[in-house]
Amino acid sequence: MTQAEIKLCSLLLQEHFGEIVEKIGTYLIRTGTQPLRMIISDTGLLLDQVKKALCVLIQHNLVTYQLQKRGFVEYEAQCKRVLRILRYPRYIYTAKTLYNDTGELIVEELLLNGKMTMSAVVRKVADRLTETMEDGKTMDYADVSNTFVRLADTHFVQRCPLVPETPESPDAPPPPAPTLVINEKDMYVVPRLNLVGKGKRRRSCDEEENGEHKAKKQKQDGESSEPPPDDGIYWQVNIDRFHQHFRDQGIVSAVANRMDQIFRSLPAGYNIVKQVLDQYLTLLADDPLEFVGKSGDSGGGMYTVNLHKALASLATATLESIVEERFGSRCARIFRLLLRKKHLEQKQVEDFAMIPAKEAKDMLYKMLSENFVSLQEIPKTPDHAPSRTFYLYTVNVLSSARMLLHRCYKSVANLMERRQYETKENKRLLEKSQRVEAILASMQATGAEDAQLQEIEEMITAPERQQLETLKRNVNKIDASENQVDETIFVLESFIESTVKKP
Amino acid sequence: MAGSGRGRGRAAFTFDIEAIGFTKGAALPDVVCKPPPPFPSTDNKPVPLKTGEDEDYMLALKQDLRGTMKKMPYFLAVEEDREGLFDYSCKSSLIRIKAIFCTDWRRLPREMKPKKKTKKAGAKPKKAKSSEPKSNLDVLKKIEEIALSQELEKKDDEEEKSEDEKDKTKDKEGEDDEEAEEPEEYDEEEHEEENDYISSYFEDGDDFGAGSDDNMDEATY
Repeated sequence: MTQAEIKLCSLLLQEHFGEIVEKIGTYLIRTGTQPLRMIISDTGLLLDQVKKALCVLIQHNLVTYQLQKRGFVEYEAQCKRVLRILRYPRYIYTAKTLYNDTGELIVEELLLNGKMTMSAVVRKVADRLTETMEDGKTMDYADVSNTFVRLADTHFVQRCPLVPETPESPDAPPPPAPTLVINEKDMYVVPRLNLVGKGKRRRSCDEEENGEHKAKKQKQDGESSEPPPDDGIYWQVNIDRFHQHFRDQGIVSAVANRMDQIFRSLPAGYNIVKQVLDQYLTLLADDPLEFVGKSGDSGGGMYTVNLHKALASLATATLESIVEERFGSRCARIFRLLLRKKHLEQKQVEDFAMIPAKEAKDMLYKMLSENFVSLQEIPKTPDHAPSRTFYLYTVNVLSSARMLLHRCYKSVANLMERRQYETKENKRLLEKSQRVEAILASMQATGAEDAQLQEIEEMITAPERQQLETLKRNVNKIDASENQVDETIFVLESFIESTVKKP
Repeated sequence: MAGSGRGRGRAAFTFDIEAIGFTKGAALPDVVCKPPPPFPSTDNKPVPLKTGEDEDYMLALKQDLRGTMKKMPYFLAVEEDREGLFDYSCKSSLIRIKAIFCTDWRRLPREMKPKKKTKKAGAKPKKAKSSEPKSNLDVLKKIEEIALSQELEKKDDEEEKSEDEKDKTKDKEGEDDEEAEEPEEYDEEEHEEENDYISSYFEDGDDFGAGSDDNMDEATY
């Protein structure tokens, strides 16, 4: 794990789970697999704090445990999974676009809680939806269940590995840790539940709350102090499936852009659908992007989408765009030239790019110093003498992608730190404004006059209001930046992963 | 050899400088003797952020998520954590009912569960949730106090750790001999204070040297 990744994980854990969890998570990411006693001794935290934090991390699938042969349990942090916290808004939004508000809330609840049983999710989501509905209307459990089933069928949510049900002999002591298993076939099987009911609205008076407190407690026990029918069957969000969706989206939109160009160059007047389709496919297959490949002619030819090439193209396009924005359009020209021609000498670069020698040299060195471009030595003689060696400029897409990815992690970490700093600087003012808002809200509820409300509002002076506005604008900007850097992270990570994975 | 013909004191390169684009005799750029500045000036300003409905919604989602997670029972803040009491019941005020963080103990290693010490010599009627861990912690606190006044803090951790280990091994064996544990722990404690050796150092062959990674805060590649 690079320092940048560790730093980013640390910030994400701290922001979402607090300092204790952050300390333990960071320790495990840095040092690898550790047993409980090592964690306690090295972090210096209390036993109970460590246990609680580990429970939280395991609940959220950020830490896994394994029973070692010698009989003790070791814990391992999943650094990559921690980095995914950055992408939670994107997962939730995607669920919204595919399965509407119900889907959105299901995915949100699962992400907030790590793992849940289906009955718990359905109940919680029905309650939340009911809150937003008009008075008198409630959300039926059946509707939520249906959406859940659809999410499971399309593999966006999956079952967590289960505790094995081996009947153990009463003599043998139970193992120190269960070994969780899941069968591929069972991963998306929805349990047969008969969830009947409607969402409950939260009421605001105390007396109801006490009753509801009991009711909520009962709910946790299973509504009749019985374990729920799907006890032990937990569900989690299937992150990889979402990634597949994003990847497909990316490729489709890239091709769509391309198609616009092609469409414009097509002659008009073709009405027959099949012919048009054939034409399009041929064009796609011949397109230098090589997204679509044609293999064989049987049955009119088989077309395949070459995913690896598609991802490589997306990553390369990202690289080109970054070079262009960072160094200027002439540098971008040199960069694209090097991508196409693979290896070029200094002189050749000047000639092909049609840029004066001095500037070309300057640009090449700037890109070289930032590791977008590298030098390849080709010796003419076996003794590798520098005076008799070719030095060729080249772009290594994979290593540039890795370098850029590392830079992205660092960027997000910087953004988060700056955002936290801004918030901390204005903490006093923020707290004041929250208090004022709370007062205003309670006064409005009890029906105060406008004059009184205005008096309260004026507790915040105009320059303070200005300051709050600026703060809000800055924080929003930084948050939006974090979201968008994560999009770049996704493209680069997908590309790098596709080169590493075995076919 | 080729370089020495240039005259004294003049820099000469072992390779043909024209190969990388410098003409003979031209001024070479300055040598870089320090790392680049942390905030270099940028000639090209970055592209403005994407704006649109999607982006706005995701921004709102992100901020909501952050706020919600801070209120969840999974968020362990240092101030609230009252010396490691397991807050598994809804202990917070009735005004704000926090959701209950019920862990499914079947899915977790047994060492995660808080130790249940139901019988304690002189057990007073304590609050339901804090009875078990608190008794253990009282002991730990006392031991800590004793140790602090005499030894370095580092040793505390070692002792606490070794005590916890002892507790755990006893747990695993399923002994109910809790009361016998207490005086035993005190004995351990007294013993250990007398010498400078870290008794837990060589307990398990595999964690020898694991503690020596303390200085690994530097960059790892």
